[in-house]
Amino acid sequence: MLPIFKKEINAFFSSLIGYIVIGVFLILMGLLLWVFPEFSILDGAYANLDTLFSISPMVFMFLIPAVTMRTFAEEKQTGTIELLATRPITDWQIVGGKFLACFTLVAFALVPTILYYITVYQLGAPPGNLDSGGILGSYIGLLFLAGSFAAIGVFASSLTNNQIVAFVLATFLCFFTYLAFDYLSRLPIFFGKTDDIVQSIGIAYHYDSVSRGVLDTRDVVYFLSVISLFLAATVLSLGRRRW
Amino acid sequence: MSVKVTKLTKIYGLQHAVDGISFEAHKGEVLGFLGPNGAGKTTTMKIITGYLPQNEGLVEVCGFDVGTKPMEARARVGYLPEHNPLYREMYVREYLAFTAGLHQVKNINKQVDEMVERTGLGSHRHKQIGELSKGYRQRVGLAQAMLHDPEVLILDEPTSGLDPNQIVEIRQLIKDLGKEKTVILSTHILGEVEAVCDRAIIINKGKLVADAAIQELKQQFAGQTVVTAEFAESADKNALSKIKNVHAVKSLGKNQWQFFAASGQDIRAEVFAFAVANRLTLLELHKAEHSVEDVFQQLTK
Repeated sequence: MLPIFKKEINAFFSSLIGYIVIGVFLILMGLLLWVFPEFSILDGAYANLDTLFSISPMVFMFLIPAVTMRTFAEEKQTGTIELLATRPITDWQIVGGKFLACFTLVAFALVPTILYYITVYQLGAPPGNLDSGGILGSYIGLLFLAGSFAAIGVFASSLTNNQIVAFVLATFLCFFTYLAFDYLSRLPIFFGKTDDIVQSIGIAYHYDSVSRGVLDTRDVVYFLSVISLFLAATVLSLGRRRW
Repeated sequence: MSVKVTKLTKIYGLQHAVDGISFEAHKGEVLGFLGPNGAGKTTTMKIITGYLPQNEGLVEVCGFDVGTKPMEARARVGYLPEHNPLYREMYVREYLAFTAGLHQVKNINKQVDEMVERTGLGSHRHKQIGELSKGYRQRVGLAQAMLHDPEVLILDEPTSGLDPNQIVEIRQLIKDLGKEKTVILSTHILGEVEAVCDRAIIINKGKLVADAAIQELKQQFAGQTVVTAEFAESADKNALSKIKNVHAVKSLGKNQWQFFAASGQDIRAEVFAFAVANRLTLLELHKAEHSVEDVFQQLTK
């Protein structure tokens, strides 16, 4: 698993992908949080980072598929998957290594946003007047969300040898698992009866729950299940040639 | 034995890509896989390396069943796939070190340096693979296959697309490897089999049509002289086959005969003398030479 992880991380940073992903994320977040008047924290009345945590999932929805789209699609396109699959490593190790590399890259992009926390901390009146527990919870939630999106992206990439197809498919699946269940639960057939169950299938429900600063085991189990489910599906999809 | 294939069958849809092939490859031997394009060479190799599963049959590498003990079998195989896929954006050394890592090679740097040396990549080791010429890329492909010192090497068309000088070099490398390892290489070039292999297997339409040492095949492939003759009267086959230097006689129809003789031997005079002695009227006499390619074509038609 480690050689594949290292190779993928190297690939991100020896090409422009790594820098572009981190750069684009930070510029976008910087603009939204500090410059654009509509969202700006400076114009807001409260010292909090809510904007960061409500907008990040939307940005990740596009950014993470861009990171994951090449993982398997490119290997299939160039035929290198054949060499990888005939090494003495299991498919799980291949999938795991690639998933962890993508997840690590996205986690890297989040690290500089700690600066935002320090800034807001100082801007509070008096300084330090903000919900640090809630912010920590939100970061954990965001990492879980990034993990789920990365697993979805790796899975989408394993379905095709075309990177654009992988990207579009991954974006759609991310959107669907994140938001669609929330909206579907408002349909008349669910509303007032099973809407909370339908809602709890989606990522948003659990993301919001973790963001409140309470780390519920149910949410942790949910995120870990989503990640394992999509990674298992990836392993299954890689084994398709054996069917 | 290093590689043992028993009654291997692979079915794609309705087509039998590989149909009941059995063979063995031994240590210290270069085994050539010969056959026209689409004969099932690549499919067989993909099954031996564990990339594709077979529908029926058994493949053992160094005593390990590829199906039930894949990790043990894969660790003992070095594989150069068709078209030699490589990560173009990686550097030569970086790629070889990555491969070594996957195989859990103990002393990665030393082993990589040795392979770079052996495949003549020395001056290109710090280049990106995408920048290399085809010949050097092929060397990188060979280097990654040999890196973990496998007992079995599977090389799918290792010399395709190389220039004549490179072909000679790569063939020499394969020959050297064959002294200590089991090498299976596929090709559709007859000369290649003659130049590097100790034994050859000919596959056609998924079926095994020949499995013999190169010397035997050479004799079979050496070619022969074929003389076609037509008489006005009927003749006795037994009598015809007793003509001097004739190996075999075949009837082509009414009073038409085909005589086979060793390559370069003209038997038209003997056939004519026979006709005169037996008071037969000779209507036609024609000589043709059967080449190595003809025999190959006959076997794989």
